[in-house]
Amino acid sequence: MDARNGFHANGRPRWRRYSALSLLRHGLTHEDWPRAWRAHDLAPRYDVVVIGAGVHGLAAAYYLAKNHGITNVAVLDKGYVGGGASGRNTAILRSNYLTPEGVRFYHRSVALYRGLAAELNFNVMFEQRGHLTLAHTDGALRTMRWRAEVNKLEGVESEVIAPAEVKRLVPFLDVSSGTRYPILGALYHPPGGIIRHDAVNWGYARGADARGVHIHQNTEVTGIDVERGRVVGVRTSRGKIATRTVLNCTAGWATVVADMARVRLPIVTHPLQAAVTEPVKSFLHAVVVSGSLHVYVSQTARGELVLGASVDPFASYSTRGSLEFTEELAGHVLQLMPSLGKLRLLRQWAGLCDMTPDYSPVMGVTPVEGFYVDVGWGTYGFKAGPVSGEAMAELVATGRTPEIIAAFGLARFTEGRLVGEKGAAAVGH
Amino acid sequence: MMLVPCPFCGPRDASEFRWVGEAHRRPAVAEATPPEWRAYLYLRRNVAGWSVETWYHRAGCRRYFRAERHTVTNAFRAAQAPGAVDAPGREVA
Repeated sequence: MDARNGFHANGRPRWRRYSALSLLRHGLTHEDWPRAWRAHDLAPRYDVVVIGAGVHGLAAAYYLAKNHGITNVAVLDKGYVGGGASGRNTAILRSNYLTPEGVRFYHRSVALYRGLAAELNFNVMFEQRGHLTLAHTDGALRTMRWRAEVNKLEGVESEVIAPAEVKRLVPFLDVSSGTRYPILGALYHPPGGIIRHDAVNWGYARGADARGVHIHQNTEVTGIDVERGRVVGVRTSRGKIATRTVLNCTAGWATVVADMARVRLPIVTHPLQAAVTEPVKSFLHAVVVSGSLHVYVSQTARGELVLGASVDPFASYSTRGSLEFTEELAGHVLQLMPSLGKLRLLRQWAGLCDMTPDYSPVMGVTPVEGFYVDVGWGTYGFKAGPVSGEAMAELVATGRTPEIIAAFGLARFTEGRLVGEKGAAAVGH
Repeated sequence: MMLVPCPFCGPRDASEFRWVGEAHRRPAVAEATPPEWRAYLYLRRNVAGWSVETWYHRAGCRRYFRAERHTVTNAFRAAQAPGAVDAPGREVA
């Protein structure tokens, strides 16, 4: 298919909006659907270069164009749109974090996600099915009560519920007291849910493209040119770009890219593995998470169970799956839902998670002028895509750090102002 | 399955070990400024390539050792007993 298919000679899209009418018309005419975004030659100069065409990079580019009118933007990716962590996560959205800074931040993200399908004219399939974090110990219950109070203060629906209520919400859970990790209660977060992650990536890519952003796939950044403490250009596998603003929106390669600008980050990269089962009839409505069992389970709209775990126990850039993971995961899922014993796994995969010491991300300016970071997203990056994009776009456009990300700056590690989110950000601690 | 070459026990399954982290130098505790100390605590090289690390053979000889591993392929090429410092995880690089 021609790369420019679906666009007029002047670059305007032939079909801007998806609708029931356009679906009907395409059904009748059998016309090719227009491509959602175009391929371009690399321009010699961009106002802003975003590294990483995942949800964070694409959202930042989209909001730069939409909210701030900055459209001479390139989004570079060494692979393809949404091929990294944005396409490998388990697509769970929630805002029931532990710190007020974290709760406010993710609350805004869920709000943006709620309006995203209309905003992007792209069905992102967000279903607010409710999110349950199971407590198997007194310590976990204590953290959950704490989280529930912080959540309520910030206006986020969140409460601790008893095992009987857990059983009512998820009848397939084993809430008996005879198990190795009995369920003592749960943190219930009704606005939490699941989304179609690919649709979010594609929707942002299409929206950014329609506003003039250039998306360059298969374009690897090989160097960042810094002169007298400020960014002046980016070298790529397809040539050089002159720019004074670079935004590092990578996951997995955050330190590799930051090293090019000689910026050091408090990040260690761990793989995180996940798996899906064969599809079955819909039986699991809520998202179920267990910290003690290092597992989270949700059922997609097409019936597959998506199973995730904690990060692998050592740092690595390898995305190979391991049998140890599958064994442990299956054992833990069966402790929660013994009735799944006959269900078969379809596939497993791994994504890379950039872990920070306090389980909070790193967003904002760096010691190199013009080099911004939106990194350190650990296991919670996808759910923050829209709000990060919005805030980073504002920072790049105005030069001022928005209040909503002020606590997450890189300087907090040298100034000793960590945002400890471990109690709510990760399973398996 | 991944084998970790314990210098005391030979190659063993990775599940017997705890990965401690990159081996790096601890600054002089009495002289280090707060920024230096925090850089030591938090900043890591996190290379995509050969990395010198500390491992602990928790389900074996229960000793710490230093090993060189490629973080992209997970291949090991050297492992040795720790040097001067025996403190958990804070091997002198």
